[in-house]
Amino acid sequence: MLRELYFSFVDFLRTFGALQLFFLRLLANSPAILVRRFGLVVQQVYNAGALSLVIIMICGFFVGGVLGLQGYANLAKFNAEDSVGTFAAFSLLKELGPVITALLFSGRAGTALASEIGLMKATEQLSAMEMMAVDPLRRILVPRFLGGVISMPLLTAIFSVIGLFGAHLVAVDLLGVDPGAFWQQMRSSLEIGDVWEGIIKSMVFGVVASLLAVWEGYNAIPTAEGVGRATTRTVVITAIAVLILDFMITAIAI
Amino acid sequence: MQQTRSIEMGTGLFVLLGMAALFFLTTQTTGSNSLSGSDTFEVTARFDNVGSLKNRAPVRMSGVTIGRVTSVRFDPDTLVAEVKLEIESQYDRIPEDSDAGILTSGLLGSQYIGLQAGGSDLSLQEGSEIEFTQSAIVIENLISKYLFKQDSGSDEK
Amino acid sequence: MSDAVDHLIEINDLYYSRGALQIFTGLNLRIRRRQVTAIMGPSGTGKTTLLRLITRQLIPDRGTILIDGIDIATLNQKELYSLRRRFGMLFQNGALLTDLSVFENVAFPLREHTNLPNRLIRHVVLTKLHAVGLRGAADMMPGQLSGGMARRVALARAMVMDPDILIYDEPFVGLDPISMGVIVRLVRKMNDALGVSSILVSHDVQEIAAVADCSYLLSDGKVAASGSPDELRNASSELVKQFMHGMADGPVAFHFDAPDYAEQLLGRDAD
Repeated sequence: MLRELYFSFVDFLRTFGALQLFFLRLLANSPAILVRRFGLVVQQVYNAGALSLVIIMICGFFVGGVLGLQGYANLAKFNAEDSVGTFAAFSLLKELGPVITALLFSGRAGTALASEIGLMKATEQLSAMEMMAVDPLRRILVPRFLGGVISMPLLTAIFSVIGLFGAHLVAVDLLGVDPGAFWQQMRSSLEIGDVWEGIIKSMVFGVVASLLAVWEGYNAIPTAEGVGRATTRTVVITAIAVLILDFMITAIAI
Repeated sequence: MQQTRSIEMGTGLFVLLGMAALFFLTTQTTGSNSLSGSDTFEVTARFDNVGSLKNRAPVRMSGVTIGRVTSVRFDPDTLVAEVKLEIESQYDRIPEDSDAGILTSGLLGSQYIGLQAGGSDLSLQEGSEIEFTQSAIVIENLISKYLFKQDSGSDEK
Repeated sequence: MSDAVDHLIEINDLYYSRGALQIFTGLNLRIRRRQVTAIMGPSGTGKTTLLRLITRQLIPDRGTILIDGIDIATLNQKELYSLRRRFGMLFQNGALLTDLSVFENVAFPLREHTNLPNRLIRHVVLTKLHAVGLRGAADMMPGQLSGGMARRVALARAMVMDPDILIYDEPFVGLDPISMGVIVRLVRKMNDALGVSSILVSHDVQEIAAVADCSYLLSDGKVAASGSPDELRNASSELVKQFMHGMADGPVAFHFDAPDYAEQLLGRDAD
């Protein structure tokens, strides 16, 4: 029993170390790809970002709406329903925006990446590239990684803004909070540091979610079952990593 | 080629939207930078006790925010707290002998600095020091003072 | 070493294992220039593994692989990539890049390795596609192709950089007789017209007989027999006979190792 625990620990350490090395290799190759093969990166920003836009906007709108409802209902008990804008902005910009966007991203774009790369591996496309003296890491993985890293902060910002308007719609137009109070209260209590906290979170999540998706796809067992498992693992591991990191960044920021 | 073009269009649109959203978040949701954007001048005030006054706490006169606290530190020479305030340049005729106090908004709210106009002809300017200050009210002191007074009062009778 | 000039690829005393499974135990093999060399063997004898070793996608446990007299284990990343440019490889199912059109698939190595102007790329690609008879399919996506067509596109792609070694991994698997005939003809044509050396891994005895100059039969991690297809067909070894004539039972047993049948049915194998 103890032996097994020891071996699984060693195994975990090895995988974790391999992931770091993989990350470094991606980073080392990123600048060259960004400069010389910008077209490949644009294509992936489209796949990861532009194609996730609809789901992000719909979810952002309804999350904002719920914040408007909940905020109003609870703040009204203290005669503080004017603060509903502050409440929604704090929740969206600092927590819900980055976290929910990262989770949605891993569900929509991360799984697509993992299964695409896994299938390329299963159908020997990656081996074929290697045989054509093309490094799949540079040609396939780095552009996809960069596409995710670039998309995430943008998606998060869009999510938060749409969410604010959702909250505004519910609180101001439906429940009758004064629009001036809504925005003014928000502006007087929100500081630029709060906005940055959210942006930094979204950048970190972008790196983590893209890294894990690319990693899982690249290390998938090259069979139909293996690719399916890699896709599931992408979502699960990304969710865990994002929530742990969210806690850590929040702890540092406060 | 047709496909490449629509991808480029979609990406461009997405990035523009994202940038616009980022811009909105950094400029429209926060109000504090409206102050740091305009010109300010700095004055100093010393307090025996600053309570829980923090950086960026507002400086108010008659309830209107006219500036912010930029630093709170303990001065080892004078053995009191030294607070630096920045005040918007448009308020350049605040009398020099104005009185600064550390007040609390509401019963349990955060602390701010309130200025009470004096009668001098000279105005506060960059580098001036506010001479008349009133420390924060510390609830513990208040309570113990009250108890002590009652105590001594009963002794005398 | 004097005959190294004649041999393009020399494999000496090769050992390779995956986990506990010994795949090669002292394999020796020579591949001559400008010939079609076939590597045959029952499923699971590591034919594909051998190709991966030759192209150094895998590294042997022991033994050497010489290409033009150079040990490929000593190459660094850059030399390895320049070696790989001498290879054209056709994978089992073509391995076309699914997100690119047929034209872009064939153009892929050119776009990655050269700075040729678009017009020239177009010219080269169409020539190669014409050679495999698929110039008309240039704008199709790989998903729309039949198995045989996909393999022909992959062949065009393998040839586009004008390699001097063409490697075919199971080119005949899962094809209808007509497509198979087409591929056989193409293999021979490419070899003779372009002066390349071809290595062909397969277990389709008929097709190999039609196309190969020399063939090796692998078994148990070693070369069991070698020679021209005719020589193999008339060989006396039991194993060779079984393989060449497709007999169900022989040295390669029909039954996988199992406990005694009667014992197992009676449930007495538990201990």
